[in-house]
Amino acid sequence: MGIRFILMVNKQGQTRLAQYYEWLTLEERRALEGEIVRKCLARTEQQCSFVEHRNYKIVYRRYASLFFLVGVDNDENELAILEFIHLLVETMDRHFGNVCELDIMFHLEKAHFMLEEMVMNGCIVETSKSNILSPIQLMDKTS
Amino acid sequence: MAGSSIMETLFQRNLEDLIKASRQQQVQESLFISKSMDEIRREIKSTDLHTKSVALQKLSYLSSLHGLDMSFASFHAIEVMSSPQFLHKKIGYHAITQSFNDDTPVMLLITNQLRKDLNSGNQFEVSLALECLSRIGNIDLARDLTPEVFTLLSSSKAFVKKKAIAVVLRVFEKYPDAVRVCFKRLVENLESSDPIIVSAVIGVFCELSLKESRSYLPLAPEFYKILVDSKNNWLLIKVLKIFAKLASLEPRLAKRIVEPICEHMRRTGAKSLMFECIRTVVSSLSEYESAVKLAVVKIREFLIDDDPNLKYLGLQALSIIAPKHLWAVMENKDFVIKSLSDGDFNIKLESLRLVMAMVSESNVAEITRVLVSYALKSDPGFCNEILGSILSTCSRNVYEVIVDFDWYASLLGEMARIPHCQKGEEIENQLIDIGMRVKDVRPELVQVSRGLLIDPALLGNPFLHKILSAAAWLSGEYVEFSRNPFELMEALLQPRTSLLPSSIRAVYVQSAFKVSIYCVYSYLLHRENVASSIGYGNQASEVSESVSKKECPESSDLTSEAPAFSEQDEGFNPRDSNQSFEDPSTENNGDVIVTHAQSSTSASLGKSSFTQESIVNLLNLVELALGSLSGSHDVEIQERAKNVLGSIDLIKKEILNPVVQEEQNLVREETEAFNAVKLMRDAFSKELGPVSTSAQERVAVPDGLTLKENLSDLEMICGDAQLPLPNTFSLGSPQYGEKVDEPLSDLQSKDKSESLNESTSLLAEHRKRHGLYYLPSEHGEIVSNDYPPANDPMSQDKVSEDAADLVKLTEQSLASKKKPNHVKPRPVVLKLDGDEIAIAAKKPGLNGDTLSGAVRDVLLGNEALPTSSRSNSSDKPPSKKKGKEKLNTDLPLESQDNLGGEEMPGGTASSRKSKHRSHGKERRHKSLGKNDEQKEDNGQKETQRSNHRHGRHKARQKADGHLNVVAQTPVIPDFLL
Repeated sequence: MGIRFILMVNKQGQTRLAQYYEWLTLEERRALEGEIVRKCLARTEQQCSFVEHRNYKIVYRRYASLFFLVGVDNDENELAILEFIHLLVETMDRHFGNVCELDIMFHLEKAHFMLEEMVMNGCIVETSKSNILSPIQLMDKTS
Repeated sequence: MAGSSIMETLFQRNLEDLIKASRQQQVQESLFISKSMDEIRREIKSTDLHTKSVALQKLSYLSSLHGLDMSFASFHAIEVMSSPQFLHKKIGYHAITQSFNDDTPVMLLITNQLRKDLNSGNQFEVSLALECLSRIGNIDLARDLTPEVFTLLSSSKAFVKKKAIAVVLRVFEKYPDAVRVCFKRLVENLESSDPIIVSAVIGVFCELSLKESRSYLPLAPEFYKILVDSKNNWLLIKVLKIFAKLASLEPRLAKRIVEPICEHMRRTGAKSLMFECIRTVVSSLSEYESAVKLAVVKIREFLIDDDPNLKYLGLQALSIIAPKHLWAVMENKDFVIKSLSDGDFNIKLESLRLVMAMVSESNVAEITRVLVSYALKSDPGFCNEILGSILSTCSRNVYEVIVDFDWYASLLGEMARIPHCQKGEEIENQLIDIGMRVKDVRPELVQVSRGLLIDPALLGNPFLHKILSAAAWLSGEYVEFSRNPFELMEALLQPRTSLLPSSIRAVYVQSAFKVSIYCVYSYLLHRENVASSIGYGNQASEVSESVSKKECPESSDLTSEAPAFSEQDEGFNPRDSNQSFEDPSTENNGDVIVTHAQSSTSASLGKSSFTQESIVNLLNLVELALGSLSGSHDVEIQERAKNVLGSIDLIKKEILNPVVQEEQNLVREETEAFNAVKLMRDAFSKELGPVSTSAQERVAVPDGLTLKENLSDLEMICGDAQLPLPNTFSLGSPQYGEKVDEPLSDLQSKDKSESLNESTSLLAEHRKRHGLYYLPSEHGEIVSNDYPPANDPMSQDKVSEDAADLVKLTEQSLASKKKPNHVKPRPVVLKLDGDEIAIAAKKPGLNGDTLSGAVRDVLLGNEALPTSSRSNSSDKPPSKKKGKEKLNTDLPLESQDNLGGEEMPGGTASSRKSKHRSHGKERRHKSLGKNDEQKEDNGQKETQRSNHRHGRHKARQKADGHLNVVAQTPVIPDFLL
């Protein structure tokens, strides 16, 4: 499993989206999120975007007030994950138009849906924006 | 009831309302959440599916963002999931993927719904079900739904197909038998014209090969095609990951892929692909000079980039390659050193690792000097990282890089004084370890310990207590190297030692005991010498000689003692020459000095400093300091203090009226006190050595002793029994321990119960009876130690090997620095076989799991066989086995062909080759060192035996019928083409 979890956390450390690809209990999730947020949010822009945590790595990137944190196995390619984060943001940007924290809050399901299109079982399966968005657009039309 | 349901539906807050409301609740979020939860609990019981699904949606939202337990809603989630409406279904599936796990009791209920949705004509429903399976799939689900997933693998819709491929990974992991069903179709998809499908398949193989890569070697041609042809960076990165694993298994494959990878490196503009190429080269293709050179050039580009991410990754790549190509690090030395002061902790840490990788015998002193002074300036966290890595690097392979141990001992002392130092335990261990392993360093260690002990400021730092404990132990154990034992005594007994924890204080007391015994003994020895020199010159010198022999009781031959004594001579010479000639009595001793130079050294030392007054002062000091401790609540301290006080009582009496006794003693030659002191001194000067970690294993289990596997009931028996002191202090041979215990406790008990006068006489009587056991006349049995003495010819061999290795190392490490000038030869470092075991034990074992076993079976062409018809390998006629063995011998040539071109001439040939390749590899592992001819003859036996040896990993597989061994079907899977 390449990707273990994807988190979106705002500047205040509140979780806005959490997607886990391995089962963790609620306590484990809470502890993990707390540790990661403490570790990553304290870092400055001039520092690198990779943090070693327990037995895996966290690759993160900040967009405006929102941090995108991805936990990956140690042999995952960090730069590819950064590109993946960027692709995710671009996809959401295309769908919501100038995406912001509120969009994700109010359309959490859609954000999850996009992630499900892009990542399956911890592997990145889709990297084309239009392919990712077409099912969502279809659903929007029908409902 | 129906009415309330309608009301609920009409006035139910939907998710958006909930989010809006929660945003307005700034203050009491928890209150708001618990209120909403009550609402949800009510709504979710509604009979109306819409109300239910909205409630479930809200619950999923709160659960995922606020970490609330939603297991109570499991059944409701299943109801919603079973709804015919897609919107409801979606909500239901989302809730299930988020909250279900192997422990969810209603898990079994979803199998049918999942199957239904997997067979659905609506591709989005199929997609939901697949997503669900990929997240929560357990053994049961994976087994029951394998046929559906198999069907979907050849779906005409790419949207479904790629997801089905991704799900296969989970299914394989949970239910390895699914491999037999799905693997072929999965491999077929590699040929797909749709790049998305290929990418998904490669993703699966990438993950599979991370766990166990050998099984996928036969697919190398397909991967190679992608590596050469694909333009998709995502795909290329995955393929490179696979090749990184495969190349280390198959050197010929590595040779094939070097050029394409270099081509990618030269051409690509994408940093992620570039980094993956670099990483592949440095980790798996490090034998290919040209590729490595190119990679290092690219690493350098990363390093000088402004982007901290690239910088970090560049450093990481360097540290991967450092063990094999140190020159790459050396070339970028300036940059690495500069990064030590980077603003980013992670970058600093990486560069620290690299700096430590550059350490060699020749530059260790210089590098550590720079680092220690840098540690002084850094923040506590990084300071300790630095200290930790210095300690681990220097102690690597039994202090391989250290030549000058005196320097290292003083470095350890220096590190202890760094204000942020929290590495007390490690420093403690190393101080004691080198003390026991390296004889020559002991004087310096005592010197360093003295420095630490006499500094009262250090006692206040709890992080240093461990180090002080080591220092106290060292100065007690090796007190004969101390320049001024009196000073040491004062340091050990200073009032601030009350700040120490009791376990360490006990060490202090014990060390004080050793020091005082040493002083008294030296004094008595000196007195005896003086006395004997008047009329009994010969006799005295004999005594002192025999005594000095006992200084190193464990080394039997005199020649090997020489270094230790010469060291001692060096230490004491100044004082010796200054004072011994001032004292007129030395003149009388002239002939003794000449003939017995060794014994006179200690004798004249005694003369110089151990006067009666100083000894009495010393004993008074001990009594004063330990008097209060004899009432300590800590048994360890109390007992040791009482022991010391008791023996001092005994000694003091005799020393206080020396003039009278001295005359009489001339006749008796030995006094009780002298005997007691000598006994204890002998006991203390018995050398302690490191104990091999495997020492216990060498003790044979006696007959009739049955060992329990499980010791859990032991816990009940000795529930809260405290563990003894740190094991560092309990080293030593068992015989020794018993011998000391006995006299000490006897002395103690006598002392306590009887008045002083009586005690001496009783003791004399006691000694008369047990004298034989007390006197260390039975040195013979002590010598039989279970660790090799330092000057053992065997260990010298080892050391010379060691030295040869070091020379090699320095040659390799193209260090531009000055060559090491060995002023001092490296002292002997005691090594135990246990150390080597510990080093060797790091190698990871070959791991094979059920999944890879299954994959191998399929690749070997067995998947067509139903499980039941598979028979044991033992049933197979041996002739087949033989044939296979023969094939194996032709192996290298064949596989060369195989890799030579990705277009195979004929399916039959290629598949068989690859089949045997993976087999041959196993076999080669297993029958290493065996005779080849023999191998041919007992082919069958061999197979079975090797199978047994690997049985543990493959228990499951074996149960399936020894598949990978048999491989009898020559059916050729065409997917290998």
